[in-house]
Amino acid sequence: MRLFKKTADTPADKPKTQTAYTLGPLQSGPPCCVPEPLIRVEKLSLHYGAKPALNEVSLDIYKGCITALIGPSGCGKTSFLSVLNRLTDMIPGCRVSGRVVYGNQDLRDPKLDVQALRRDIGMIFQKPTPFPLSIRRNIELPLREHGVSKAADLNDVLQRVLQDVGLWDEVKDRLGAPAQALSGGQQQRLCIARALALQPKVLLMDEPCSALDPVSSGVVEDLIQRLRGQYTVVIVTHNLAQARRIANYAGFFWVRERAGCLVEFGQCKQIFDDPAHELTAAYVHGRRG
Amino acid sequence: MFKSHLATGLTWLSAVLVSGMFTWLLADLLMHGLAKLSWAFFIESPENAGRSGGIGPIIVSTALILLIAVATALPLSLATAVLLSEFTRRDGVFALLLRRSLDVLAGVPSIVFGLFGNAFFCIDLGLGFSILSGGLTLACMILPILIRTTEEGLKAVPDDYRLAAVALGMSRSSALVHLLLPAAVPTLLAGLLLGIGRAGAETAALIFTSGYVARMPDSLLDSGRALSVHIYDLSMNVAGGDAAAYASTLVLIMLLLIINTIAANLMKHWNLAKA
Repeated sequence: MRLFKKTADTPADKPKTQTAYTLGPLQSGPPCCVPEPLIRVEKLSLHYGAKPALNEVSLDIYKGCITALIGPSGCGKTSFLSVLNRLTDMIPGCRVSGRVVYGNQDLRDPKLDVQALRRDIGMIFQKPTPFPLSIRRNIELPLREHGVSKAADLNDVLQRVLQDVGLWDEVKDRLGAPAQALSGGQQQRLCIARALALQPKVLLMDEPCSALDPVSSGVVEDLIQRLRGQYTVVIVTHNLAQARRIANYAGFFWVRERAGCLVEFGQCKQIFDDPAHELTAAYVHGRRG
Repeated sequence: MFKSHLATGLTWLSAVLVSGMFTWLLADLLMHGLAKLSWAFFIESPENAGRSGGIGPIIVSTALILLIAVATALPLSLATAVLLSEFTRRDGVFALLLRRSLDVLAGVPSIVFGLFGNAFFCIDLGLGFSILSGGLTLACMILPILIRTTEEGLKAVPDDYRLAAVALGMSRSSALVHLLLPAAVPTLLAGLLLGIGRAGAETAALIFTSGYVARMPDSLLDSGRALSVHIYDLSMNVAGGDAAAYASTLVLIMLLLIINTIAANLMKHWNLAKA
C-alpha cells in the first residue's frame, strides 16, 4: 500500500531514514508526498452542558500522516479526538456543532453506523486498557464482534497484529496468560494491536505514552512511527519533543475565553521552527504553558 | 488521664460484651444441642411433633424454598441492576426513584412480607400454603440486597473497559456479557450468599406462606416447614421439644455461619483484587 507519491527526482531506492520531518519538501525527509485530506473539520464547536470546551476549530487531517495536537491541559484536545469517533455520544449533555467530514461521510449524521465508524477510526487511550482477559481473547473479542469467527482467520490476524506491534516474540508462548500481567508498555502495544486487528484507517491516540516509563515510551513511539503511511494517526501529546520527532502536521490548541481553540495548524517543522503566532512560539519554546 | 483510661475501658467492655454474647449463645447451643446431632437426625422425619426423630423433610423444604427464592430473585435483580448501572443515568430521576423504593423495600419488616405473601401468593394467586408461595415471598425480601450488591459490583468495574469496548465498535450488550458481568461475578456471588443467609434466617415471612406441615413435600405446591419455623414451633408450641429445638438451631446457625463466612471471604478477596 503506497500512499506517498514519489516525485520524479527522488530515486525509489534511496534509503529511508527516520528523521524529524517526513512530509513535504523538507530537509532529509523521505520522498515528497501530496497531502490528501481524509477528515475535514470545519468550525467545530463542542459544549458540555452550558460549558464550552471547543470553539470553532477548523483543520484537515491528512491521509497517511501523523498529526500531533499539542497545547496545555484542558484546552479540548481530547474532546476533539472523541468527536472524530463519536465517543461524544457516550457523554450526557455533550453538544457538537460544525462540520466534520470523513471521506464522504458526515461524521455528525445521527443515522451514521457508529459501530462501523469506530471500526474504521480506532482509539488508543492514555492509560492502557487491556480487558481482564487473556492476551488472545483481548484481540479476538472485538474481532468476533465484527464478524470474524473462523479459528484460522482469528489466528492469522492475532499473529499479524502482534508482530506489527513487536509483541509476538515476547508473548507467543503465553497467549493464554492474562493481559493485565503484561508490563505497561506491553499493555499499550497490545491495545494498539487490538485496534489494528480491526483494520482501521485512522488511529486516534490520546497521550499514548504519557503513562509509560521512558523505555516503553520509546518503543511505543517507534511503533507509531511505523504506522505512518499505512494508517492516518492523530496523536494528542504533551511531550513536545515527541511531537517534533514523529509528526508531519501539528495543531496548537490554547484556551481562550474558557473554551479551547486552535491557534495554529500547519506542518510540524513550521509550527516548531517558524510559528506564525506569538503564542505558539511562546509555547513550543517553553515560555508559556 | 483518667478520661482516656475510661474510654479505653468502655471500648474494651463493649467489644467483650458483643463477642461474649455470641460466644455464650454458641456455647449454650453446643452444650444442649450437640448431643442430639447425628446422621440420623439429618435424615429421619420428625416424630411426636418433633420431640424425637430428625429434621430430614425440614431440610428438604428449606432447601426448596431457598432454591425458589434465588431462582426468582436472581434474574430479576440482575436485570434491574444492569438497568440501574448501565442503561440509565446514575443520577437520573428514574434511578433515584428506583433506589428509594428498594431502600423502602429493604426496610419493610418481615412480618409485613409474610402477610403480603399470604394475601397475594397464597390467596390471590391461589397457590395456598406452599413451598412456592414461601419461596416467592422470600424472593421479594431478598431483592433489595441482591440488586444493591450486583449494582455495586457493576459500578466497581472501571469505566475504562466500557470506553475501550465502545471505541472498538463493540455493542453495549456484548460489552456487558463479555466484560462487565464477568468482572462483577465475585460481588454478585457474595450478594447472593448474603441474600440466602437472610432468607434462610427468615421465620415470620414463612409462617404465613409456606406453612407448618413437617412431612416430606411431594411437590412445590405442598406446604413445607422451614428450619426456622421448625425451631419456632418446637420452642413455643411443643412442650418437651427443647432438645430438638437446640439441635435444629445449631444446624441453622452453622449453616448461616458457613454461608456468611464464604460471602465475607469473597468480598475480601474481591476488594483485594480490586486494589
